[in-house]
Amino acid sequence: MRNPLKSEAEAFRFVVITIAFFVAVVLAKLLVGWWLGLIVAVAGLAALAYLLRSPELPLPRQQAPDHVGGEDDLRILVVANETVGGETLREVIAQKAEGYDEEVLVVCPALNTPLKHWVSDEDGARAQAQERLDESLARLHEYGVNARGEIGDGDPLQAIEDALRTFGADEVIISTHPAGRSHWLEKGVVAAARDRFAVPITHVIVDLDAESEELA
Amino acid sequence: MTVHAAEHHGPPAAHQSSRVDARVLGMFLFIASEIMLFGSFFTARFFVRVVKAPPEWPPAGFHLPILVARINTAILVTSSFTIHWALTSIKRGSRRGLQAGLVLTFLMGLTFLITQMIEYARIGFAPHDNAFATTFFMLTGLHGAHVFVGLTLLGMATVRAFRGHYSADHHHGVEIPGIYWHFVDVMWIVVYATVYIL
Repeated sequence: MRNPLKSEAEAFRFVVITIAFFVAVVLAKLLVGWWLGLIVAVAGLAALAYLLRSPELPLPRQQAPDHVGGEDDLRILVVANETVGGETLREVIAQKAEGYDEEVLVVCPALNTPLKHWVSDEDGARAQAQERLDESLARLHEYGVNARGEIGDGDPLQAIEDALRTFGADEVIISTHPAGRSHWLEKGVVAAARDRFAVPITHVIVDLDAESEELA
Repeated sequence: MTVHAAEHHGPPAAHQSSRVDARVLGMFLFIASEIMLFGSFFTARFFVRVVKAPPEWPPAGFHLPILVARINTAILVTSSFTIHWALTSIKRGSRRGLQAGLVLTFLMGLTFLITQMIEYARIGFAPHDNAFATTFFMLTGLHGAHVFVGLTLLGMATVRAFRGHYSADHHHGVEIPGIYWHFVDVMWIVVYATVYIL
């Protein structure tokens, strides 16, 4: 939502809009009756809410973090939620880490419902994410990958940004469900991440259903 | 003495993970708190009016100074235009415009407040008379307190303007009182509509 009092000029515009709104409501009430005044008021408030919407401004592209360590050191940031336990993802991580003195940070965004997000009820989402993360880290350790993990912001792009600030990754891996079943792909998270972060980004598709069928 | 010019001293740069700019967030929180404060007073007013549903509103024997309130509204609304003019002037480098705009705004705000105080003295009822009177004084008084705070800010900005402060590039000290003044103006329009029209 746009803040109507961000600057004096915007606040003044808001005053003018408010005056126009109340004049319209009062005129409608005086000329016709209460019912029209009410309609104008509701319509005006709806129009105001529309005007105060935040424009979708693209965020500035961020610089790549400095490489940490020597030439053999590789830092990989993995962002995955439900697919964090996928075999495909673990194989890709292990392949990329091969031949390097790797350090892998797995970030698992705590996805939550909008209602629970707004009332700050995140315990359940974080607990579920932590469970998946622990399982995935255990499997990565089995592969011999030096990995640690943390729970991130529910917004995957924000989770990447937060992690990049404290973990100078050389590469980012985003893991999603296949197209059609992935909310992240639907929202264009991978493309947005490539626009926003100046770090090589690999997109890994994990089909958990196919993997479980193979295991069966 | 050894000087390490290249070294960074003090705490590291703040890591801001929030998606909202800190200044914007601050203003949002301020507005939200003010809306909740006024909202509680409006709720009391509407509770008395709608839930208690007295047969007459205003109750018999209670008369609001509607004409004076209209004039006061016109004065306060006009003062938003003059503070905007003041800020526009300094942005163009016109100190005279800034000073004139601030003085006019201050005088109009003062007129509003003095008129309201005079009306309080002449209105013929007191806050303890009944719920109608209580909510009237609560709402208009709360707003009056905001006008007083705004006048204090404007007074400081006006004095600084006459002492040569502010320029086309640096006028934050006028911008902030200006935002506050517009907020006070918007709140008055809502208070006026609630108390005098509805």
